[in-house]
Amino acid sequence: MTTASDIERKPPVTSLRRKDLLGIADLSPDEIALVLDTAEAMKEVGTRPIKKVPALRGKTVVNLFFEPSTRTRTSFEIAEKRLSADTLNIAIGTSSVVKGETLADTALNLEAMSPDMIVLRHSSSGACHLLSRICRSAIINAGDGMHEHPTQALLDAFTIRERKKQLAGLKVTIIGDLLHSRVLRSNIQLLTKMGADVWVCGPPTLIPTDVRRFGVQATSIVDEAIVDADVIMLLRIQLERMEGAFFPSQREYFRVFGMTESRLRLAKPDVMIMHPGPMNRGVEIASEVADGPYSVILDQVANGVAVRMAVLYLLSGGAENEEAA
Amino acid sequence: MSIVMDADRIGRTLTRIAHEIVERNKGVDELALVGVRTRGVPLARRLARSLREITGHDVPTGALDITLYRDDLMRLQIGPQPQVRRTEIQFSIDNRKILLVDDVLYTGRTTRAALDALIDFGRPKAIQLIVLVDRGHRELPIKADYVGKNLPTSPDESVQVRLLEIDGQDEVVLDGGAA
Repeated sequence: MTTASDIERKPPVTSLRRKDLLGIADLSPDEIALVLDTAEAMKEVGTRPIKKVPALRGKTVVNLFFEPSTRTRTSFEIAEKRLSADTLNIAIGTSSVVKGETLADTALNLEAMSPDMIVLRHSSSGACHLLSRICRSAIINAGDGMHEHPTQALLDAFTIRERKKQLAGLKVTIIGDLLHSRVLRSNIQLLTKMGADVWVCGPPTLIPTDVRRFGVQATSIVDEAIVDADVIMLLRIQLERMEGAFFPSQREYFRVFGMTESRLRLAKPDVMIMHPGPMNRGVEIASEVADGPYSVILDQVANGVAVRMAVLYLLSGGAENEEAA
Repeated sequence: MSIVMDADRIGRTLTRIAHEIVERNKGVDELALVGVRTRGVPLARRLARSLREITGHDVPTGALDITLYRDDLMRLQIGPQPQVRRTEIQFSIDNRKILLVDDVLYTGRTTRAALDALIDFGRPKAIQLIVLVDRGHRELPIKADYVGKNLPTSPDESVQVRLLEIDGQDEVVLDGGAA
């Protein structure tokens, strides 16, 4: 009478024994699997008539965003509210930063009001590590410069796993502005740790010189990167970070690297098309692909809330998380 | 360590509870079973099978994880949070009589959390509590409607329910204590 679904699968790790989430670099494959499993439970909460659980009642979470963000900030805020945390949003335009206050001073002043967690988005790589050292609050990296964006990589992995059941053995191709992308740095670390076969592709000027160090294949020949891919992830051409001449024009970029329906035929028949947003339609992705049947771009956004709920919940034990390790 | 219920006894007890459910509710219309994770879930599924054998009708069955509703979650600085698993209630609980199933009733705190969680899914007509073992020592005003076995215990003893689906065998064991 016993069926496989009756037996509860026991994962090797049942809690995150750390204070902060600074990057995927720190996480073991078991910890990544725990976050993804927890996110599955959290996703169900979002389908209830009352989309709220009391788990983080009485906890204060500060969303400290030094860079513009719609998706990530909103996603964190919804995740916090679904867990019953009290949330506080601080954006650059309205903060004392415009009066010349340093990041460390801003953080210490916030700490003095004893929040439990700080979600930080900052244009400098390593900003979260600085806060992690000086703050007792749990620090969650919501994107630091060109370094990491761990919750994005976790939600991408969650979205892939939801469709393909597992990450190991999949060919995942990432195309776009590799040089300036924190999404890339988090994703290649996560995907290689989970056993995926990762290819990165872009103009030679936008491929970081040491990217192969992470165990990925790098190429500027887009057809080679796409052939038999299970997942194609497109990265935004970050026009605001393009200080030099990395490629001749957006139109030429689209002609050589842009994802079109005809190019897509080289990939596996059940390929998934992903984009972390915001999209430049007609630059890295054609509209017919972004809105087409292979696109899971809006699933990524929906899953972002569940994954961030999982991270917030698992880290809510505070500094005692580490002391218990 | 002593075995207080063996596999046969557990089987007969669940069959008896299934008959009590049918008798008290005059059939199984409007009923649904919700098992509290972990061991309430297979118990709820077994009761659903018995109810189908007795009445010929299927009773919707779900699984409830109460971790996010625990009253000790944020009170104590306990460090790492316990693992959360999926809640699966794929039917509306509005206007149904919900049979909440758990393995052991002890302080009543798990049941309190389960009641809070259930209410977030809708407005059931009634909630009835089924437990395989009631070991006493309630800390909240909670009482079971169907009890497999009343087992007087001391607080330093532990009651372990083992089920085939999870533990590979059916038995209820009383452990430790002064005696």
